[in-house]
Amino acid sequence: MKRLIKGGRILDPASGRDEILDLLIEDGRIARLEKDMKDRDGGDVFDASGLAVMPGFIDMHCHLREPGYEYKETVATGCAAAVKGGITSLMCMANTDPVNDCASVTTHILERAHEAGLAKVYPVGCLTKGMRGESLSEMGELAASGCIAVSDDGRPVPSGEIMRRAIAYAGIYGLLVIDHAEDLTIAGDGVMHEGYVSTMLGLEGIPASAAFSEVARNIALIKEFGGRIHIAHVSTAMVVGLVRRAKAEGLAVTAETCPHYFTLDHEAVIGYDTNAKVKPPLRTAEDVEAIIEGLADGAIDVIATDHAPHHADEKQVEFDLAAFGISGLETAFALTMGLVHGGRIPILQAVSKWTDAPAAVTGIRGGSLGVGEPADVVIADLDAQWRVNPEEFLSRGRNSPFAGMEVRGQVTATFVDGRLVYTREKGITGK
Amino acid sequence: MIGNNRHLLDLDTTSAEDIRRILDTAEGMKEISTRKIKKVPTLRGKTVVNLFFEPSTRTRTSFEIAAKRLSADAVNFTASASSTAKGETLLDTAKNLDSMAPDVVVIRHRFSGAPEILARNLDCSVVNAGDGCHQHPTQGLLDLFTVRERKGRLDGLKVSIIGDIAHSRVARSDISGFTTMGAEVFVSGPSTMIPTGIERLGVRVADSFEHALEGADVIIMLRIQLERRSGSLIPTLREYARFFGLNRERLRLARPDALVMHPGPINRGVEISSDIADGPESVILDQVENGVAVRMAVLYLLTGGSDETTD
Repeated sequence: MKRLIKGGRILDPASGRDEILDLLIEDGRIARLEKDMKDRDGGDVFDASGLAVMPGFIDMHCHLREPGYEYKETVATGCAAAVKGGITSLMCMANTDPVNDCASVTTHILERAHEAGLAKVYPVGCLTKGMRGESLSEMGELAASGCIAVSDDGRPVPSGEIMRRAIAYAGIYGLLVIDHAEDLTIAGDGVMHEGYVSTMLGLEGIPASAAFSEVARNIALIKEFGGRIHIAHVSTAMVVGLVRRAKAEGLAVTAETCPHYFTLDHEAVIGYDTNAKVKPPLRTAEDVEAIIEGLADGAIDVIATDHAPHHADEKQVEFDLAAFGISGLETAFALTMGLVHGGRIPILQAVSKWTDAPAAVTGIRGGSLGVGEPADVVIADLDAQWRVNPEEFLSRGRNSPFAGMEVRGQVTATFVDGRLVYTREKGITGK
Repeated sequence: MIGNNRHLLDLDTTSAEDIRRILDTAEGMKEISTRKIKKVPTLRGKTVVNLFFEPSTRTRTSFEIAAKRLSADAVNFTASASSTAKGETLLDTAKNLDSMAPDVVVIRHRFSGAPEILARNLDCSVVNAGDGCHQHPTQGLLDLFTVRERKGRLDGLKVSIIGDIAHSRVARSDISGFTTMGAEVFVSGPSTMIPTGIERLGVRVADSFEHALEGADVIIMLRIQLERRSGSLIPTLREYARFFGLNRERLRLARPDALVMHPGPINRGVEISSDIADGPESVILDQVENGVAVRMAVLYLLTGGSDETTD
């Protein structure tokens, strides 16, 4: 089975390519990239003229909610939202019900993903048994059944000793440890960033030090005992600084941020918008600036969504009672393009944060248009203007603080292993 | 309507002009309470629902009296006796209430921002009677009214607010109201009770309690609650009283004609000594009296009245 993607602007950070080329897909893999290729073998031709052609995005931080919270999202609806957002591979966090701390849950998720047949799903297992922070999870079994990382995302690991042992133990099975960094003894019952906005609104704050304290601890552990760690959803200037210094020292530390942390600050909460309630919280304008600088200078390797879909009922309540999280799969690309259009980050670097960079951090195959790679390809109109309307989301989670925002950059088609799974015109086009 | 607002949710977004209109209207209202028959037919046929999710006797009673003096039908809906105990969401409670076509819903809630939810979902006017640590606009207004009545002006006064600023909705409404009206506002208290970034709200954090009192025209003492955060803000009430309580000696630092205010209920001997609370500087009971007039004015303006009181 052949397919020719003709006339598109190839953006492939792995090879540094930014040029108009035709791309030939054969048997689900990238076969060739050439100028003016002839479609002599009669394969399917996809006209990409005027559009960007990029490796499928890898989102290393999602919540798919299945099993247990299917009313918020299922693996199938999450994967549909993903491919609409250009994401062809994603990692789903373990805070389901039951939590993903054993082979049966991992297998269940993988089976659901296989049935959906859209994005490729890589489960993240629990770091501790039952996500209780007390004893190590069965990481060998989790790795053997398909997990590629471990994390107690959503619940930081309070015990430094458990964290130390987990980093060492995960290494045996090649599992990446993803750190949801938050010192709960500092964060307390906070519901938003602690600053003048929390003061004005009379809401309990989460100090920026809460993130710093935990990241500093974990970097110290790596420095003394070795191993590697990935810092999830960096939201503060202080943590960007910590990670930058750790990298300069040659420590095996990588980091991600999310589109909301470089697009919004804590003022988004004014009016008690529960859709802007997220953990870690939206920080200050200075933090936003530091995050963008961190993306530009490489302190932050990866952009991930931290897609956290919730039911409307969990958001249409008093701010203190609302669930934390943003449904992010379908806005991530446009918000990333916001940095490019704003002149903050060159296009290839922005694409890299979604492709070869997360591939390098996670070991997921893909993230490149190199010959022989899986034909996970995203076609996008980099300039298309559109207005975010959560009612049109394929995700069950409509919780977006970006509702109504004018954005620029839109995915027009997504291929997974050479199969066209989504187009802007037809929606989900197949399994 | 108060200006362009159908609701009164905070004093943050209330303009000086609107505040002045409320205070002027309240002056006329105050007179009604001095009549032999303390009732006018102005709001006859209007329904005011007092939706109190937190226990409050004084504020609720004040709103109830205000509504009744204007001949509105006042209905009290308290959380303990309501369906919220059965797990109904605030939004559903709001929608149910809306179906009964009230004209004004007065809400007291323990969570900041709860009145916003009602305002977004109800067809009627919403008055915030205190939400979490956010705002208590009618308390702010009655404080402004009391000071204006005594001092004849608000502009240029030194107003010092003392106590747990971080957890006080009264402090936030006073800060918004007094700064909007041109007063110079200082806050003071143990530094554990001064919230992050409070300067951005237009106030100055005094270097010390004494500094806050020096030359003050108005001193607003806040009620202290030890139960909050069990000991992480202040060690004991005894220590608080010693270092942050207002007594005769400290009051000498203020202007001789300074007013001492307190939103109540007071903790005698803790944030305020009894001789001050009962002394000539204290206008605490005036505040309570003025509360009724200010709430009458707010109800009247929101339900479509113009500036002048009518009989």
